[in-house]
Amino acid sequence: MSTDVTAKTPAPAPPGKGGAATGDGLLQLVLDGMRRNMRQYGMLIALGLIVVLFAVWTDGDLLLPRNVSNLVLQNSYILILAIGMMLVIIAGHIDLSVGSLTAFVGSMAAVFMVKQDIPWPLAVILCLAVGAAAGAVQGFFIAYGGIPSFIVTLAGMLIFRGLTEIFLEGQTLGPFPEGLQKAANGFLPEVGPNTNYHNLTLLLGFAMIALVIFQEVRDRKRQQEFNLDVPPTKLFLLKLVAISAAVLTLTMLLASYKGAPIVLLILGVLLVGFGYVMRNAIIGRHIYAIGGNLPAAKLSGVKDKKVTFLVFLNMGMLAALAGLVFAARFNAASPKAGLNFELEAIAASFIGGASMSGGVGTVLGAIIGGLVLGVLNNGMNLVGIGTDWQQVIKGLVLLAAVGFDVWNKRKVGS
Amino acid sequence: MAGPVLEMRSIVKTFPGVKALSDVTLTVQQGEVHAICGENGAGKSTLMKVLSGVHPHGTYEGDILFEGEVCEFKDIRASEQRGIVIIHQELALSPYLSLAENIFLGNEHAKGGFIDWRETLRHASELLRRVGLSDHPDTRVADIGVGKQQLVEIAKALSKKVKLLILDEPTAALNDEDSDKLLDLILELKKQGITSIIISHKLNEIRKVADSVTILRDGQTIETLDVKAPETTEDRIISGMVGRDLENRFPERSPHEPEEGVAPALEIRGWTVFHPIDQQRKVVDDVSLQVRRGEIVGIAGLMGAGRTELAMSVFGRTYGRYAGGTVLKDGKEIRTKSVPEAVKHGIAYVTEDRKHYGLNLIDTINRNISLTALGKVAKRGVVDEHEERQVAEGFRKSMNIKAPTVFEPVGKLSGGNQQKVVLSKWIFSGPDVLILDEPTRGIDVGAKYEIYTVIDQLAAQGKAVVFISSELPELLGMCDRIYTMAAGRLTGEFSRAEASQESLMRQMTKDKEVTR
Repeated sequence: MSTDVTAKTPAPAPPGKGGAATGDGLLQLVLDGMRRNMRQYGMLIALGLIVVLFAVWTDGDLLLPRNVSNLVLQNSYILILAIGMMLVIIAGHIDLSVGSLTAFVGSMAAVFMVKQDIPWPLAVILCLAVGAAAGAVQGFFIAYGGIPSFIVTLAGMLIFRGLTEIFLEGQTLGPFPEGLQKAANGFLPEVGPNTNYHNLTLLLGFAMIALVIFQEVRDRKRQQEFNLDVPPTKLFLLKLVAISAAVLTLTMLLASYKGAPIVLLILGVLLVGFGYVMRNAIIGRHIYAIGGNLPAAKLSGVKDKKVTFLVFLNMGMLAALAGLVFAARFNAASPKAGLNFELEAIAASFIGGASMSGGVGTVLGAIIGGLVLGVLNNGMNLVGIGTDWQQVIKGLVLLAAVGFDVWNKRKVGS
Repeated sequence: MAGPVLEMRSIVKTFPGVKALSDVTLTVQQGEVHAICGENGAGKSTLMKVLSGVHPHGTYEGDILFEGEVCEFKDIRASEQRGIVIIHQELALSPYLSLAENIFLGNEHAKGGFIDWRETLRHASELLRRVGLSDHPDTRVADIGVGKQQLVEIAKALSKKVKLLILDEPTAALNDEDSDKLLDLILELKKQGITSIIISHKLNEIRKVADSVTILRDGQTIETLDVKAPETTEDRIISGMVGRDLENRFPERSPHEPEEGVAPALEIRGWTVFHPIDQQRKVVDDVSLQVRRGEIVGIAGLMGAGRTELAMSVFGRTYGRYAGGTVLKDGKEIRTKSVPEAVKHGIAYVTEDRKHYGLNLIDTINRNISLTALGKVAKRGVVDEHEERQVAEGFRKSMNIKAPTVFEPVGKLSGGNQQKVVLSKWIFSGPDVLILDEPTRGIDVGAKYEIYTVIDQLAAQGKAVVFISSELPELLGMCDRIYTMAAGRLTGEFSRAEASQESLMRQMTKDKEVTR
């Protein structure tokens, strides 16, 4: 993911080990840094291992440009949902309705575009509004009605699934206008001279690397300006190199095929945007606060009801976006669309470091969790493991990820 | 006294990175009440966990001799079988089960796997009578008060044929009346031959029930004193705990001189609140009071007097059902219908229950401090993390919050340091009026002094401070004026000169009979 990095910019700097650590060497520093942020790095390492495992197992097929491109497209809707779900879970709630809601919005999209012939950009806006409204209604019952989110969204799950079938009359409806298909399934346009690579993607990748380095360096400078402890220089450089290498690899892979999928761009914007909001915006802090300790947040003047309401409204809108991407990708709205998506999104959030009791988690974590599942899916498909065993393995991974986290926390805690 | 019933010899217990107990020796005589005191983090609770098998044999060094035999408990069950029962600070009762079910939880009277209700009821009512409870054994735990719940815990211990009862701060959550009952019960059990170990912060309590007291400091036994000996004074115990002579328990402060003609910073008129569930019950009844800038005003009262309820109701109506009254700030009437409104008008309420109402324990120090006034470190809705960090660093230094960085989760701090974080958080919100509800509850003597100093500085800066406390000495030591409350009503107002423990207590218990 080329855009991850800005979301996790200033990881709490460990107290001054000082740049002068010469004897221990770099490895020691890296290990020290990781140990302090086990939660964040644990899953990143796991993701790396899974990628390497399947890359070897599939004789490199996993990392073929075409497959990487596919991987992004295949998982985009789950990743979009996972971002919203992470917010919901951080706020101390759960949303079971998103799978049905993606299907419902898909059916609305089909009704708007296929039956009513509404121009697709307008229909997209309508669909997002429908999703936001659905989320708002659920959010209203949860925040202001005081009904547990599990119940409200369980009801929503049934209601929206039913409504989908009613709207579609049990049929599959399509195809969608070409414009939408291109937006959801297509790639960035080709520009400039022929370089054997996709120029715009390369440009974007380089810009991304430059931006990240600029951000990180500025951040570090400011910290030093305020006489705050910063990680040792060596570690900082290593971090920059690692991030740049990762972004560059992904860029080259995508650029040597058809370029960056448009959906990847959307995902990147969502990741950076929501990552920034959760970390730096007041509303983001308030979401963490109500999930971490609701009574304390209330007594601190946090408008808990409004925040909860907005979190669900946002989830509804993201579910609508996921529904649009999904429908456009398969070029049809189906009553069975989005089945179990809510569970995939929830699993992604928990693998990515969310806590059942709320108050913990990052947007980046949700993406990493979603990618772990996505790479597993893709890799197992490539090596020919059946869906039966795929489910078993994914279940075990979820259990292991959360189990490891619990174990790690216990070790640190006592 | 028939010799020692318990000897713990040279106990050493290390956690990764920390030596919690470095060399503790404890000798408890048969049939006595033995108090253990020490600052937070001195190792009291750890020692009791070693004794009761929470930390099993093998995870610590040293020997435990109970009734003359070396014991190697591998879990709590093993220690309970020997008759050692520990009652933790946080009660471990299941709220929706009945008293009888709770008493025999894990230890049921059963025949072939099915509960023998006849025997359960008979035995439960016998045990409840023994601890002085007349409630029906079928009552749900949730329906009785905290004081009674503590007694149920003891009944539960009795059902296990307890020989050595360990109570970890048993009165921390109780009002004076319930505390007295509990302490009387401990003395009664002593007559029946049950030895008790009581961990307590409250020195008057120790004087009342204990025969001897062992003082721990920094994981070591400092000394064991005979409580009944005349030279064992409270100051003597305190100096043992802190390792220095505590000449002054309170910072020196010059009494506040009220300015003539200036409206009080906060004035409450005719405030009345009904209970949130019991709509007929007035919890706060027509209370009027005022606080001036630079003044520290105490509110004394027993638990249930309505002090917290008054404060929370004024602070954004966060308790009960409002039924009348006005709030004036600097002579002008203000609306405090919600917390944000109250904060906007410069009112801060520092809760008595920091873990549940004060802090997000899983979040870091800096984020806890900034939460109430994020706008101050933010531009256009975006938090400036560097500024936030600096603010937190500032408080860490000025409040002496003991933590390696401000990125430490608050849940890992000791009670005193957590309290400093809560205070920092509200000071950061920039209030003119601070309502402090039991700001020194459950924290050690050293940290208390630091908190007092902070309160003193706040008043010196011209802030108005309302100081709610159950500890009369601290009110007498800190306040310019003290109001007393009882059963929801204001029952008295004392100047610093007029107030004494006796005069306050008289007013605090005054109206109880009349209003009931």
